[in-house]
Amino acid sequence: MQPVGLNVYLMIAGILFVCGVVCMATKRNAIGVLMGVELVLNGANLNFVAFARYTKLGLDGQVISLFVIVLAAAEAAIALAIALNFYNNHLTIDVDRADELHG
Amino acid sequence: MPPNPTQLGQTLGTLLTLAWLLPLFGFAVEIFGGFWGTRKSKAAAYLAVACIGGAFVLSLSALLIWGSETKWAAIKTGGHGGGHAEASADPAHHAAAATEHAEPATHAPETAAAHAFPKSFSGTIYVLAEFRTLRFAIDYYIDSLTLVMFTMVTLIASLIHLFAIGYMGDELTDDHEDHQVHTSHGHLHRPGRFYRFFAFLSLFSFSMLGLVLAGNVFMVFIFWELVGVCSYFLIGFYTERKSASTAANKAFIMNRVGDFGFLIGLMILLTYFGTFQFATRVEDGKTRAGLFDLLRDEHGAIKVSEQGSTVFLNAQDEPDPAAADATPTTKTIPYYLLLTAGLGVFAGCIGKSAQFPLQTWLPDAMEGPTPVSALVHSATMVAAGVYLTGRFYPMFVPEVLLTIAYIGCITLFLAATIAIVATDIKRVLAYSTISQLGYMMLGLGVGGWVAGLFHLITHAFFKSLMFLASGSVIYGCHHVQEMPQMGGLWKKMPITAFTMLVGVIAIAGLAVPGVIAFSGYHSKDAIVATALTFAQLNSTHFLLFYVPLVGAGITAFYMFRLWFYTFAGEPRDHHVYEHAHESPWVMTVPLIVLSVFAAFCASGFFYDLPGPLEKLLLASEPAGVAAGLSGDVSGLALPSHAAIHANHKMAGTYALLIAALGTVTAYLFYGARVFDPAEVKRQLSSLHTFLAEKWWFDEVYDVMFVRPAHIVARGCAAFDRVVFDGFLHFMARLGVLVSKWDRVFDEQIIDGFVNRLADVTFDTGRIFGFLQTGRLRQYVMFIAVGVVGIFILVVFFG
Repeated sequence: MQPVGLNVYLMIAGILFVCGVVCMATKRNAIGVLMGVELVLNGANLNFVAFARYTKLGLDGQVISLFVIVLAAAEAAIALAIALNFYNNHLTIDVDRADELHG
Repeated sequence: MPPNPTQLGQTLGTLLTLAWLLPLFGFAVEIFGGFWGTRKSKAAAYLAVACIGGAFVLSLSALLIWGSETKWAAIKTGGHGGGHAEASADPAHHAAAATEHAEPATHAPETAAAHAFPKSFSGTIYVLAEFRTLRFAIDYYIDSLTLVMFTMVTLIASLIHLFAIGYMGDELTDDHEDHQVHTSHGHLHRPGRFYRFFAFLSLFSFSMLGLVLAGNVFMVFIFWELVGVCSYFLIGFYTERKSASTAANKAFIMNRVGDFGFLIGLMILLTYFGTFQFATRVEDGKTRAGLFDLLRDEHGAIKVSEQGSTVFLNAQDEPDPAAADATPTTKTIPYYLLLTAGLGVFAGCIGKSAQFPLQTWLPDAMEGPTPVSALVHSATMVAAGVYLTGRFYPMFVPEVLLTIAYIGCITLFLAATIAIVATDIKRVLAYSTISQLGYMMLGLGVGGWVAGLFHLITHAFFKSLMFLASGSVIYGCHHVQEMPQMGGLWKKMPITAFTMLVGVIAIAGLAVPGVIAFSGYHSKDAIVATALTFAQLNSTHFLLFYVPLVGAGITAFYMFRLWFYTFAGEPRDHHVYEHAHESPWVMTVPLIVLSVFAAFCASGFFYDLPGPLEKLLLASEPAGVAAGLSGDVSGLALPSHAAIHANHKMAGTYALLIAALGTVTAYLFYGARVFDPAEVKRQLSSLHTFLAEKWWFDEVYDVMFVRPAHIVARGCAAFDRVVFDGFLHFMARLGVLVSKWDRVFDEQIIDGFVNRLADVTFDTGRIFGFLQTGRLRQYVMFIAVGVVGIFILVVFFG
C-alpha cells in the first residue's frame, strides 16, 4: 500500500476546517456552533501533527497539538457554561437571539 | 558679716527682681479669673493683695539689708553714700548674677564705712539681644532712690489694693447695673469685672516696679509704655461710659505726644553714646561705659569745648584695626544735640507727669475708679515722669534744667488756680496733683535733686491718702462727687474726715514751729529754699521763687476749701447727708496707715531738720549737685547745698506764713462762712469762668489741633474717595472687561477645540458600532471571508 503524503493530510485538514467553519456559520444551535469550533481546531491539529511528521518541525508540532487539545477542552467547558447560563436566561440556545451586545 | 559689695548687690538685685515679678505672676493668674472662678469670688483680690504685699515685704527687707550692710552710713553722715559706682554684669550668669566692683571713692571727707560701698548696684537679669555694642537687656540699677521708690510704691499699692476690695465690691456680681450709662432699655446691665480690675492693678504694679528697677533707658521706655497701657485700661475701666473711654483715649494720645520726644531723645543718645545703660559695666575684661560715666567725670562736670558747641565724652572710640597707626579718638557730641536729647526725654516726662502743655489729660483721667486715681494718677505713675527726670539728671545740661524749672513753675501755678474753682472732689485733687508735680519738676530744675524727689515720696503718701479718703466719701455718699452737695460729713464719717485732714495739713505744708511738722512741710520747704537760692544766684529768674511761694498759699487755700466744703459746716444736700455712712474697715485701715505715713514719713528727731528719708535720698544724689553746678554755656548757676541750707530757715518761714494765710482765707470763706464765695464769684465772674473752663486749654487744643486734624482728615478722605477710589474703580472695570474677552476666548476657542475633538471621536465610534451586530454566525462569516480574502491576497498578490 502506497504511503500517503503530506498533501493528503493537508487536504483532509482543509476539508475538516471548511466543514467546521460552515458548521459555525450555519448552525443556530449553540451546541452545533461548538461542534464546528471543535472541527476547526481538529483541522488545525491535524496540520500540526502532519507537519511534525513530514517536516523539521519535529516534536514541537505534536506538543502544540496537545496544547490545542487541552485548550479546546477548556474552551468547550467555558462555552458550555455560557450556553447553560444563556439558556437559563433566555430558555433557548439559539445564537441568533444572542445579539444584545450589538453596537 | 564683713561688707561685701558684690554679695550685697546680688542680694538686693534678687530681692527686688522677685518683688518686681510677683505682681506679674499675680496678673497672669488673675486675668483668667473669669475662667477659674466666678464673678462673685474675691480670690483675685486676695491674690493681688498677697502679691503686692509680698513685694512690699521683699522691698522693705531689701531696704533694711542695704541699710544694715552699709551701717546706715547714708543717714548718719547725711552726705554721699559712697564713691563712684562702677558695676558690671557677668554674662555667664543670667539670673541676677552681677558683680560690682567699687572704685575708690573720690570724695575725701567721707567716712570709711561709706567708702566700702558703691553708690549704686547694677547688673543684668536677662540679655534680650546683642548686636555688637548695641545691647538690649533687662538690667537693674539699684541705689537708695530705687529702694525708697520700691518700698513706697509697694506700700501704697498694697494699701490701695486693700482699699479697692471694699470700693469695688459692687462689681462682685453677675449683673452689675451702671447708673451712668443709659441704653434704650434703661440703665446698662453687664457682668461685674472685679477680677479684671485687680488683674490690671497687678499688671500696673509690675510695670511701675519695672520702670523703677530699670537699668537702661530702653527698658525704662518699655515699662513707661506699659504703665501707659495700664493707665489706659484703668481709666477706661467703665468702658461703656462715653466719658471714660474718651478720657482713656485722651490720656493715651497725649502721652504719645510726649513719648515722641522721648523717642527722639533715645535716638540721639544711641547715636552718640552707643549705649542705653545707666551704669558702667565690665564685660570680658572690657569696660563698657554707661551713659552717666560717658558724659560726666567723677565730679559731675561736663567737658565742653571752648566755643561751647561740642561736648567731649569720657570714652574713646575703638581704633580701627584695619588702619595700622590708628589712634583712638575721643567721642564727642554736639552741644545742641545733647540739649535736644535732654529736652526730648523731658518731653516724655511732661506727658507722663501731666506738665504744661500736656496737662489736660490728668483731670479727665479721674473717670477711672477712685483707687486707680489714687494709685496710678496721683501717687505712682504720674510721678514716673519726675522719677525719670531725677534718674536721668546727669544727662541734663543746665539749659534743660532751666526749661524743666519753668515748665514746673507754669504748671504748678496754672493747676493751682484751676483747683480753686473746681467743684468735683476728685478734680480738685487731680489739679492739686498736677500742681504738686509742677513743684517737683521745679525743684529738680532749680538744682534741688533731693528736694524734688523728696516731695515725690511725701506727695505720694498724702495724695494717695486724700484720694482714698475722697473715694471713701464718694462710696459713703453713693457716688456723689460734687462738693456743693456735701458738707458736714465729719459727723457721719469721722475716720475719713480726720485722715483727710491729716493729708490736707500735710499737702498745705502747715507746721507748728518748734513742735511738729508734717511731711509736706519738709519737702515743700526744701523746694522753696532751693528755688529761693536759685533766684538769688540768677536774679533774672526771680519768678521761679515767687510763683511756688504764692502757689504754696493757693495750695493751702484750695485744700482747706475742699476739706471745709466736704466735711465742715451744715449739710448742703440733706438727701445725700442722710444716706452717707462711714466706710467698712478694709477702706478705713488703709486710710489710717497712710495718714501716719503722710504725717510722719519725713520727720526726723528735730522738727525742722530733714529726717532719715531725705538723707536716704541724698545718698543717691548725682555727683556734683551738692557742690552746685554751673552752666558753662549759658552762665546759669545752680545752688549748692551749703547755699540752700543758709536759706532754708528764711524760705521755710515765708512758705509757712503764706500757707497759713491761705488756710485762714479758706476758713473764712468755707469754714466760718464769714465771706460768701458766691459774692466773690459774681464779682469776678469772667475770671471764674476762665478758671472753671481750665484756662480754655481744651478749647484751644480743640481749635489748634483737633479741628485742623479733622480738616486734614476730611481732605484725605476726599482725596481717597476721588483719586484712590477712582483709580481702583477704573482698574476694576478694566479687569471686568478683560475678563469678559477672556471668557469668550475660553468658551469659543479652547472649549470649541476640545468639544470638536470629542464629537469626532464619538461619531467615529458610532459608525463602527454598526458593525457590532451581535450575530454570531455573521461574525463567523466575516472571519471566514476575511481568511479567504487574506489567503487570496497572499497567494495572488503576495
